[in-house]
Amino acid sequence: MSEKFITQNMRRRDVLAMAGTGVVAVSSIGLFAGDAKADPAAVAKAIKAKIGDKKTMAGGITLELPEIAENGNTVPIAVEVKSPMSSSDYVKAVHIYSEGNPAPDVATFRFTPESGRARVSLRMRMIKSQNIVAVAEMSNGKVHMVKNAVKVTIGGCGG
Amino acid sequence: MAKARVKAPKSVKKGEVFEVKALISHNMETGLRKDKKTGKTIPRKIINKLSVTYGGKEVFGSDWHPAVSANPYVSFFVRASESGPIKFVWTEDGGGVTEKSVDILVA
Repeated sequence: MSEKFITQNMRRRDVLAMAGTGVVAVSSIGLFAGDAKADPAAVAKAIKAKIGDKKTMAGGITLELPEIAENGNTVPIAVEVKSPMSSSDYVKAVHIYSEGNPAPDVATFRFTPESGRARVSLRMRMIKSQNIVAVAEMSNGKVHMVKNAVKVTIGGCGG
Repeated sequence: MAKARVKAPKSVKKGEVFEVKALISHNMETGLRKDKKTGKTIPRKIINKLSVTYGGKEVFGSDWHPAVSANPYVSFFVRASESGPIKFVWTEDGGGVTEKSVDILVA
């Protein structure tokens, strides 16, 4: 039943997006035709703009996502970074990116040693099933990265 | 501009790391939606910044993009240093500001 739901949803959106152009679209990618779209390359570019040529490493950062998000309008996510959060060793910032939304940027969070614990929770929009990327910038210059997938049943960007 | 709620423990021990939760009502208009009647794009209006100060300095800050859900919720941690207010300032596109403070008692 849910599959039927998605199909109808996509068709409605494609018709909206493609109206007047005469293009028959099967995929929902046409939704934001003309706008900047996020994909793995756009996310890589956005990360590079933030951290420069620094190498990213895996581990030390966890991204908590639901396996399946029923409502893409509000998907709970949380990021936790391993760190003593002392004045000499702490997490400076966490950036969150989307590989499937109309734009790659989601949010940036800036921490301080006074944070005590480098964990943040929020709710975000996901227009479709996709990968979410979290990047942590440490005070010692190191950069940790993690990527996880989410399945979205009903996309939400208000399209 | 908007209604905001902040939840934090009333009393904490010095040095304790405590969780703070904040919720603000805002539709976070993405700038991608079209008005169904006129076909015109509804202009973007989101909260793009949240700054949290405690003990006289910013302890947590964030920049938001349209992918943040409507009625943005955020939770994070703070280390208790001194009694006093923890102050939240949300800024929306166009510069509108909502502020909310809660008092923390450090025993």
